[in-house]
Amino acid sequence: MTPNSARTGVRREAVVRWAVTFSVAGIVLFLNGDRIGQLIGPGRSVLIQALVTGLLIGGVYSLVSMGLTLIFGVLHIINFAHGALMTVGMYTAFSLVANLGFDPYATILVTVGLLLIIGAAVQKLLINRVMGESLEKQLLLTLGLAIFIENLLLVVFSPTPRAIQLTYDSGSLSLFGLEISWPFRAFGAVATLPRTLAFVGALVLAGLLFLLLRRTKLGTAIRAVAENPRGAALVGINVPRIYVLTFALGTGCVGAAAALVLPFLSLEPTTGDAFNIIAFVVVVLGGMGNVIGALVGGLLIGVTQQVGGVLFVDQSNLLAVFILFVLALYLRPEGLLGKAKA
Amino acid sequence: MTSATQLWRRVDRNVKILVVVAIGLALLPLWLQGASLEIGIRILLFAMLATAWNLMAGYAGLFSFGHAAYFGIGAYATAVLQVDYGWSPWLGMLVGMVLAGLFAVGTGYLSFRYRLKGAYFVLTTFAFAEMLRLIFLHWDFVNEAIGFRVPLNRDASWTDMQFPPDSPAYYYVVLGMLLAVLLVVISLMRSRSGYYIIAVRDNEDAAAALGVNPMRYKLYAVGLSGAMTAMGGTFYFQYIFFIDPSLAFGPGVSIQILLPAIIGGMGTMWGPLIGAFLLVPLGEWTSGLVRNPPDVLSFLDGRAGLDLMIFGAVLVAIIMFLPKGVYGSVTHAVAVRQQRRRRDPVASVSGTSDE
Repeated sequence: MTPNSARTGVRREAVVRWAVTFSVAGIVLFLNGDRIGQLIGPGRSVLIQALVTGLLIGGVYSLVSMGLTLIFGVLHIINFAHGALMTVGMYTAFSLVANLGFDPYATILVTVGLLLIIGAAVQKLLINRVMGESLEKQLLLTLGLAIFIENLLLVVFSPTPRAIQLTYDSGSLSLFGLEISWPFRAFGAVATLPRTLAFVGALVLAGLLFLLLRRTKLGTAIRAVAENPRGAALVGINVPRIYVLTFALGTGCVGAAAALVLPFLSLEPTTGDAFNIIAFVVVVLGGMGNVIGALVGGLLIGVTQQVGGVLFVDQSNLLAVFILFVLALYLRPEGLLGKAKA
Repeated sequence: MTSATQLWRRVDRNVKILVVVAIGLALLPLWLQGASLEIGIRILLFAMLATAWNLMAGYAGLFSFGHAAYFGIGAYATAVLQVDYGWSPWLGMLVGMVLAGLFAVGTGYLSFRYRLKGAYFVLTTFAFAEMLRLIFLHWDFVNEAIGFRVPLNRDASWTDMQFPPDSPAYYYVVLGMLLAVLLVVISLMRSRSGYYIIAVRDNEDAAAALGVNPMRYKLYAVGLSGAMTAMGGTFYFQYIFFIDPSLAFGPGVSIQILLPAIIGGMGTMWGPLIGAFLLVPLGEWTSGLVRNPPDVLSFLDGRAGLDLMIFGAVLVAIIMFLPKGVYGSVTHAVAVRQQRRRRDPVASVSGTSDE
């Protein structure tokens, strides 16, 4: 297709894109009419529960994806080891809780610190050597790293699933005369304490990361390197140092997410894989390199996953996520917030 | 006229190599038995898959991270037709190739139409393979997570692509498939279409301006690559007697398909074959090391995952220290020469000393 015909075809293309969306939506509605009717009517509490659960886990997806999109935006690297590094954080937190009696949420200080260091080391020693090389070299490097980490964890911790139990899973608290008890209940849905804390914690950290990027000197430098590395170098920014710090910040995000999700997930050497795949989807959906897009996309994907799970009863709940992903790629390859990108 | 002789010289060389390779590989079973014959079969299978992948990723420049989709379609088409309808796997193979080719062209068309490039394209191919895995995992028509088993025969039979366990026949079947794939890629890349495919890869706008339809030649490469990969899926099912959604569509399959080509050299004719000869024995060696560890490593006895851990470390090391692949210098030299020919045919005709 020549550039000229591409331009004149834009409008027709938009029509085709939306026609495709509506027909897919129509097919889904047609095939699943009964189920949808049931979910809107008598089974409403199931739907509300899915929305709540989805939103809560979506907060964690947002945090993980912000780390991934930050790395992509600045270093232009798809980090396939993102999920594996998260698993490292989870096993670290698990060991601290199981062997040293840490409070699960106190481990976040250690996991974030550790993942910052690991991230910096990985960038400095490995990724740095392939900066500016072809896409597939970078992809395979992080992939090799992911295979290595996952199997190292398998050798050290064995495939046995692990889990920790919060001692204060349910309880109540009197705060300024206000009685708060958990698990939280509203509209017939239940929000467990660990999931709620993960959501709140992830969003707070996401907000802090956003402030760091927008309001600090370091953040300005990172954004400058993302936009124009050569220009950034010319005005005196140490670009290689920014690369190291950005990668460390990105992996620091999964360090925090690891500690936040451990209390409600079963831990295996491959647990991080699901987060990795979902983060890819979120990052593409939000526009690669777009931090706000990752935040919004994470919540959207969390809800899609859970609602998809109750809508397509016998299917994997990731299927709805992939369908949304493919639709998003065709409808808005620049990401949902692509035009608003800074 | 001179460019025709130039072409002929090139063709001649690759076909000559193919004949030598074919004779060499055909004689190998005289020395290979038991476990080493199995390794030989795996080498040829992954050489074939990587060669098919290389057509799409190396020659057409469309990096796929989801070849498991085509592989799995091939395996499952054979499985369904053979187990549920009693068809010969050879017919199932043809059906699988057609289906995989259509799937590749369909998804490719969507991706190219919406101009997905680079990382976006990579992630799309990955997403399609994962979608198929998830769908097959919960689809009762294909036995959900259980998958299919090859119905066993009492006798060996060519029509059923089934032979005694240590028969070299499996080796010759997969060798035939490998040679067919190599022949297809060699003759495609020497044809006009092959040059168009490379032209579109190197500069799509320029190729389009000269009247080459980029969409058509991308789909050509993608469809052929998908169909040839499906052939490997059929063989895999017949050879290991078993298929399930993660063996067919798992991300590990896509990685195994692309690695030999990367290690050997993307976009080169013989790179995938060389890569498979290096990688498959390496994988066998590391897993053998874990099964029977030497005294120094005896503490590792029975620890799952060690072999893949070594594999990951070797992969990282190869990317780091041999950035052009193990066969780097040769493939690089070839690439430079090809590029010079493409860019400046007159100069390379006048200076033919490089033959």
